[in-house]
Amino acid sequence: MSTVTEVSPGWLTALRDAGKSNFKGLPSQRQEAWKYTGLNRLKALAFEPSSSPTPSPHGGEGRGEGGSAAHRLAFINGRYAVEHSHIGSLPTGVVLASLAEILSTQPALLESRLGKAMDTARKPMAALNTAWIEDGLVLIVPRGVAVEGNIEVVFLADGEAPVAYPRLLVELGEMAEATLVESHLGGAAGGFANQVAEIVIGAGATLRHYVQHAEAAETTAVETVTATLSRDAAYKAFALNAGGGLVRREVEVQLTQPGGFAQVDGAYLVDGDRHTDTTVLIDHQADHCASRQTQKGVIDNDGRAVYQGKILVRPNAQKTDGYQLSQTLLLSPQAEIDVKPELEIHADDVKCSHGATVGRLDADALFFLRARGIPEAEARALLIQGFIGGALDEIDRDDVREAFGLAAANWLAGRSAPKGDVS
Amino acid sequence: MLKIENLRASVDGREILKGLSLEIPAGEVHAIMGPNGSGKSTLSYILSGREGYEITGGSVIYDGKDLLAMQPEERAAAGVFLAFQYPVEIPGVPNATFLRTAVNAVRRGRGEKDLDAIQFMRAVKDKSKKLGITDEMMKRAVNVGFSGGEKKRNEILQMAMLEPKLAILDETDSGLDIDALRVVAEGVNMLRDPARSMLVITHYQRLLQYIVPDRVHVLAHGLIRRSGGPELAHELEQTGYAEFAEGQAA
Repeated sequence: MSTVTEVSPGWLTALRDAGKSNFKGLPSQRQEAWKYTGLNRLKALAFEPSSSPTPSPHGGEGRGEGGSAAHRLAFINGRYAVEHSHIGSLPTGVVLASLAEILSTQPALLESRLGKAMDTARKPMAALNTAWIEDGLVLIVPRGVAVEGNIEVVFLADGEAPVAYPRLLVELGEMAEATLVESHLGGAAGGFANQVAEIVIGAGATLRHYVQHAEAAETTAVETVTATLSRDAAYKAFALNAGGGLVRREVEVQLTQPGGFAQVDGAYLVDGDRHTDTTVLIDHQADHCASRQTQKGVIDNDGRAVYQGKILVRPNAQKTDGYQLSQTLLLSPQAEIDVKPELEIHADDVKCSHGATVGRLDADALFFLRARGIPEAEARALLIQGFIGGALDEIDRDDVREAFGLAAANWLAGRSAPKGDVS
Repeated sequence: MLKIENLRASVDGREILKGLSLEIPAGEVHAIMGPNGSGKSTLSYILSGREGYEITGGSVIYDGKDLLAMQPEERAAAGVFLAFQYPVEIPGVPNATFLRTAVNAVRRGRGEKDLDAIQFMRAVKDKSKKLGITDEMMKRAVNVGFSGGEKKRNEILQMAMLEPKLAILDETDSGLDIDALRVVAEGVNMLRDPARSMLVITHYQRLLQYIVPDRVHVLAHGLIRRSGGPELAHELEQTGYAEFAEGQAA
């Protein structure tokens, strides 16, 4: 830990120590939240984060790599890679930088924020992340400021068995607005990324948070997200999960004041022997809040998906409007989905609903397409794409919807290509 | 164009077609009329290649080929088209995307080049306009939220774009009011061609006032019981299907 101990302020050491003491080993499947997902594959892991990568030979083209993105921050094995990043001009007062940089230049900015929204005593993997806090993303948007354009955050795993603990801290002031587009790429056997995102959204503010998992199939990714919303705040999230060997995404949204809106949607595309777990808790603590969850899964081969979605309505959260829908397509006899919808309601004037369907491709639709000349494999792909499209429609940014649609199409094409022939 | 000989077929062990024979020369429009449960829809599904039917005897030769040995998509590429009695809804797939995929799949099957987006839009524009299919309907998911008439007009648009040699219209009149029926029938009549055969399947004579067939066949209990000219349809309108009840004439 030589890189970590150099100049750590006392509060940061204390935060890491709290993480260390709250991490009492990997979660067991006897814990309710981990019932369907075991982390045995991490048993042999040393947990030590990978050292800083050597600069990539492609580093020279760095500045231009932002492409059309207004802002792009790239991280390799959890560490900021300035040569692959590009931060455009920002409104006054906006902080958008790597966590390591802010820790060294403005640590006071983080002392009152970092770790405050995440309860590591309840969340073992967040505790593990906290024990190793070192780098990640900081986004602080002051009151009344809207950040134009997408903030792209790219997490790339590189080298042998890369281990990373990225940390995201996002705070939107009153009436602020921002769009975060996160992607997870690369990786190799034994790779492990354990990420925490702490999000605080002020009154009337909106955060759009789009996440794409497209890592190598041998990797393990665990994400723990917590979003705390003030009055009339909105958190709109969508995760497209089309990569990684085991991807677990746990999202907890706290609706602490009236008028809050939480949208936690996603699509998971699971093939091979991959495993995905989406665990969501929407905690309605105040009246007149609404929450939406739409999750669509396509599972092929020996793939397995888990969706646990809970809506908790506390006693004073009257007029809650909660909705949850889970739809799954199983493409093979071995494919498996475990769906656990949960409504826990302690208020008496609420509207909450949930629905779950699990099915196979519609034989009538398949015949219809084939009878119109479309070969069977193409007809199946079209139906699956249509199914996923229904989930992607929840994304209200056109560019992100298109990009995710393309990623889903690529997954479909890769899935249906014969083995050894990827042309 | 199409020659069905002594066709026998079962569903779940129950025999539906009991030795049906029928021949449709190129360019002719034949109608099959018959009571419910006579095997009309079974025949249309067997001709288009739907799974779930066991062929226990007979043959179907289409354009010199053994039709029953072909996959549904091969039949479509070879020019067989079924206008569905109940057009299927496909959520999430825009109508234009579906139609272009189908047109290009059939073109590929025929050894022709794909149409690009612009060529496709140009090709579809005129035909959709004649059928009253708006741009908005082309953007919507296939048949999702379409009225009964819109769904049937959408079927005819697909037929117009795929330019089949054998079109089978399975109860295309069902669920249509007279105005919608007229639009659909006009669409079909525009596609009448010396090189295109049609098999119009219906329960009612009404459709045949608008699509006048060359021949009319009565299908009951799995067999063609009578064949005649267009006047047979009028006769059936008067007498109904009573004379073809089980045990009667054969």
